[in-house]
Amino acid sequence: MNLNRTGIESILSMKNISKKFPGVQALDDVSLDVKSGAVHALIGENGAGKSTLMKILTGIYTADTGTIVYQGDVIHPKNPREMADRGVSIIHQEFNLIPHLTVAENIFITREPRKFRNTIIDDKRLIEETKKLLRHLDISLDPKAKLAKLSVAEKQMVEITKALAVNSEILVLDEPTSALAEKEVQKLFEIIRDLKNRGVAIIYISHRLEEFEAIVDEVTTLRDGRYVSTSRWSDTSIPQLVRNMVGRSLDNQFPERNHDVGEIVFEARNIRRGRQVNDISLKVRKGEVVGLAGLMGAGRSEFARAVFGADRMESGTLYLDGREFVTRSPSDAIHNGITYLPEDRKLDGLFLDLEVQQNIMYATYSDNAVMGVVDDKRCRKKVDRVIRDLQVKTPTVKQLVGNLSGGNQQKVLIGRWLLKDLKVFIFDEPTRGIDVGAKFEVYNLINRLAEQGAAIIMISSEMPEILGLSDRIYVLCEGRLMGEMDAREATQEKILRLASGLTERIPA
Amino acid sequence: MNIVLVLREKSKKIDNDLSQRLSVALALLLLCTFFSVANEYFFELNNFITIAIQTAITAITAYGMTFVIISRAVDLSIGSILAFSTVTVAMLLNAGVPLLIAILIVIVAGALFGSMNGVFVSKMGLPPFIATLGAQMAIRGLTMVITDARPIYITGNDSFRLIFQGKIFQQEWLPLPVVYLIALALISSFILRKTVIGRQIFAVGSNEEAARLSGIKTAKIRIFAYLYSGLMASIAGVVLTARVNSGQPTIGVAYEASAIAAAVIGGASMSGGHGSIGGTILGAFIMTTLMNGLNLMNVSQNWQMFATGLVVIFSVYLDMVRRNR
Repeated sequence: MNLNRTGIESILSMKNISKKFPGVQALDDVSLDVKSGAVHALIGENGAGKSTLMKILTGIYTADTGTIVYQGDVIHPKNPREMADRGVSIIHQEFNLIPHLTVAENIFITREPRKFRNTIIDDKRLIEETKKLLRHLDISLDPKAKLAKLSVAEKQMVEITKALAVNSEILVLDEPTSALAEKEVQKLFEIIRDLKNRGVAIIYISHRLEEFEAIVDEVTTLRDGRYVSTSRWSDTSIPQLVRNMVGRSLDNQFPERNHDVGEIVFEARNIRRGRQVNDISLKVRKGEVVGLAGLMGAGRSEFARAVFGADRMESGTLYLDGREFVTRSPSDAIHNGITYLPEDRKLDGLFLDLEVQQNIMYATYSDNAVMGVVDDKRCRKKVDRVIRDLQVKTPTVKQLVGNLSGGNQQKVLIGRWLLKDLKVFIFDEPTRGIDVGAKFEVYNLINRLAEQGAAIIMISSEMPEILGLSDRIYVLCEGRLMGEMDAREATQEKILRLASGLTERIPA
Repeated sequence: MNIVLVLREKSKKIDNDLSQRLSVALALLLLCTFFSVANEYFFELNNFITIAIQTAITAITAYGMTFVIISRAVDLSIGSILAFSTVTVAMLLNAGVPLLIAILIVIVAGALFGSMNGVFVSKMGLPPFIATLGAQMAIRGLTMVITDARPIYITGNDSFRLIFQGKIFQQEWLPLPVVYLIALALISSFILRKTVIGRQIFAVGSNEEAARLSGIKTAKIRIFAYLYSGLMASIAGVVLTARVNSGQPTIGVAYEASAIAAAVIGGASMSGGHGSIGGTILGAFIMTTLMNGLNLMNVSQNWQMFATGLVVIFSVYLDMVRRNR
């Protein structure tokens, strides 16, 4: 008799889980209880701790404290492989599939049926087994089709089939509908309902509360790494859940700014690029900070990159001081006075293995050169000024940028553009991954730029940041502009409602 | 293994490039000591001058290769560009074209070949390895076609030989190839370290996307790096032609390997963003000293080629360990 087996239905019980990363308490005493044959939704804003919790469940991270009881036993997941063997599968937003292999090969990867003493892959059986699996799940896919040729929805079906091919007890779905069309969503729900009937427990992470009606049995809400509530779907309501998700007061973490807003500097009209940027228009005035709010995958960065010329715009027009202009490349945009500070500074912004001084100068070497020869004295003066001005903490200008902290790296990136005479700054998640003190300094810098007359577009997934810094807010959802509001009238609820694509009004 | 670990530790703590340069200089010293002990003829002024002359060709091609490697690419076509230069300069001279004009035509052609490599890689998106391997075969083929695969002996232009055999300064102690080695090193180093385009090569090699988002025209930079590599290869070709006084369609095979090894030994990183002309010169000297020493010890050409191959593999491996990636 196993004494841990308290409830017959509970297949997984995560109790009092805490996890600390340097500088961040990612999870603080969070619990989650999942039953077989039920869909358990896990909701919360970006950064609420959903992914960290799932990474602890699947053994990617180890919890600092807390216990995990799975099928009656206390377990300590050490790596994803171990949990997969125990029947816990996770399907991420980004699929883990190999494009040039077929459906069957992807489903059975590393576990292909073999012949001739386990040396050669038995293609016939591979196809047969795949067909059986697909029929079983009532999914119509050609086992021999190349993955690259499939739609996003079909790829997701392949992921689900792959997960279930190893007899999953628990299936974690991370934002499974974010990239699907309506019809495909219905198909996915059919499959989920079918899995429920087979007794599979499903942890369903999603922002689309309006879709929950169709499948969800229970909901757990997290906020800022803490557990807020768990309730049966039938006992709660969307407004209640939204309040649970955002119920946080804004403390005074944003410096004051002189909101002296002038003429329209920059305007983008009807920008399109694929399904992620679908007819987006916006305006920014001199001295104005415009917030671009939305959930992950809303198309904010894609919009910014298209405007900046980093990716090709499919259609749309851009105006600067009322004059139309085009950006075929980032250097065009910069030449016109627009810059973009990317979300992933290490990957797209900085030269980690080069020195601080070069990192600061790279956008302006040609402005500080005579006949193509760099004037190093002048450069050095400018670099010193930037470092003093932004209080970049670095032992010398020759320090490699990769050795600086996140906050100082961001200052180096901002400093690079302060040397250029620019009219429009697009910040993409300017404070991601930097500590509270450095955040405040970055806010100060943004404010200062605005006060000096720059027009600023700030993409952020942090609600308080959007509300605390912006003059005006645009909300995007799945590539579309959902609404625009004055920051004084904006509330987290209003933004989240638009960002989730919810249309019905939430009673106060 | 211990040495590798010590190197790794060191490179983390001390200034990377300096410690790199010192350890290469030390390696060169060790190599010279070894050959001096092993062979009585090695440690002689004449032999050192011979080494310097021999180094000129490798070093000049390696300067161009350094540009390309810093931009995080590779140029496998330099041996063929070099061979093309030797036969075209020979043919032009035989046709009565004045010396300076003949040389000018040849190095312009080299630069053109180089920039074509750059276009393949940056505009058409071909992997550098494939693009320049294709160019290597195509240019070699072209060289064979125009010469019918036969050497072209230079007749009637005696002054041409002086390009290689000439000496300057009192008592004519400084051979011209060494002058080229030094002059081109100074020019290359100046371009890399002091000009906007040189600095931007490092940026492109370190992080191409960040470079693009900083407004750097990355395609232009890549084309320039390849152009420079082609230019250096054709200059090396002219010097080599003067040495053998003929155009050799089969010359220059596997020169790219020595050039890569010289650059990488000198601290250039195959993962881009790092490298210096000073380091590359040291690397080139290590390569030729090794060949020279083995030669004096009567090791056959074939074994020398074998040794070069090992040096290439080992130097690139050391680079990987150094960068810890």
